[in-house]
Amino acid sequence: MASVRPLHRVPPTEPPALHARAMDNLRFIRDTMEAAGAFTAVSGWGMVAVGVIATVAATIASAQHSVLRSIFVWMAAAVLAPCVMMWAIVRKARRAHVPLLSGPGRKFVLSFSPPMFVGALLTIVLYRAGLVAAIPGMWLLLYGTAVVAGGAFSVRIVPVMGICFMLAGTLAIFTPTSWNDWIMAIAFGGLHIAFGVFIARRHGG
Amino acid sequence: MAKHGAARDDRRPNVGELRTVRGKSDGVTMSARADALDRLIHERLRLGIVSALAVNDSLSFSDLKKLMKTTDGNLSVHARKLEEAEYITCTKSFEGRMPKTEYRLTPSGRRALERYLDHMEAIIRATRER
Repeated sequence: MASVRPLHRVPPTEPPALHARAMDNLRFIRDTMEAAGAFTAVSGWGMVAVGVIATVAATIASAQHSVLRSIFVWMAAAVLAPCVMMWAIVRKARRAHVPLLSGPGRKFVLSFSPPMFVGALLTIVLYRAGLVAAIPGMWLLLYGTAVVAGGAFSVRIVPVMGICFMLAGTLAIFTPTSWNDWIMAIAFGGLHIAFGVFIARRHGG
Repeated sequence: MAKHGAARDDRRPNVGELRTVRGKSDGVTMSARADALDRLIHERLRLGIVSALAVNDSLSFSDLKKLMKTTDGNLSVHARKLEEAEYITCTKSFEGRMPKTEYRLTPSGRRALERYLDHMEAIIRATRER
């Protein structure tokens, strides 16, 4: 009996789509993780350090004889504190092997930056207009706005902290100018330290 | 019968199957790799649930629904399958008067996702080597 030969030999290869589907599945997993993940690299200990810087700044600022001089003290702290915070965030992200600027991290930065930029511009505007006394309240309000906006992509406690800053800003705007240093000390110092300790204990540093 | 077929389709791969695939990096065919796939999490929605839970301590039913852009019915069916396989756990509670359902990934679910990722990477690597 003659052997049966197939007309077309079936190639022993797998469907060519398998490799592409595997790539697509990996992409899907990565995209889902990015969409679902929170920016967990917000450093609690970094916040505590910022709080300490703010407390020192508040002490120095309260010893100044003019509002303008105390504003300059706060501005110096406003330059130093973000540097310390960035260093702490990078350190925490590296330790946790979390990418800094992909997914939630990128969204955090994109949401956090605009109010901070507006705050810097308004500082110049208010200074030129001679409304120096309004600067602390505006700083607190816009910093709070930035934290609430960025915090939407981070752990739940971060936007809560932002709301507290906004409340402090509201208080600073409607209270006498002489209270400003105290409110700034309690907000930038106390809130950062309190929330920082909570985040550090609850979210790994 | 249809139910039986569906159950077979969603079966977890046994350890032997996975070892066979991993043990032979050159000789194994791509179809064998595909056969050993964890079909339970291979399905898109279930893969999404497991991936989302892998980067969160827990997610509520409504969080998952928004994230997966799916319906209540579809999500609960797929979540139930993962729960039955002990890949996720489900906790029901009340927040005030509102019922709240929270899902968490189990260690076994995390291992399953890691196996699945290894598997996908192995398929891509095998294709590149050829």
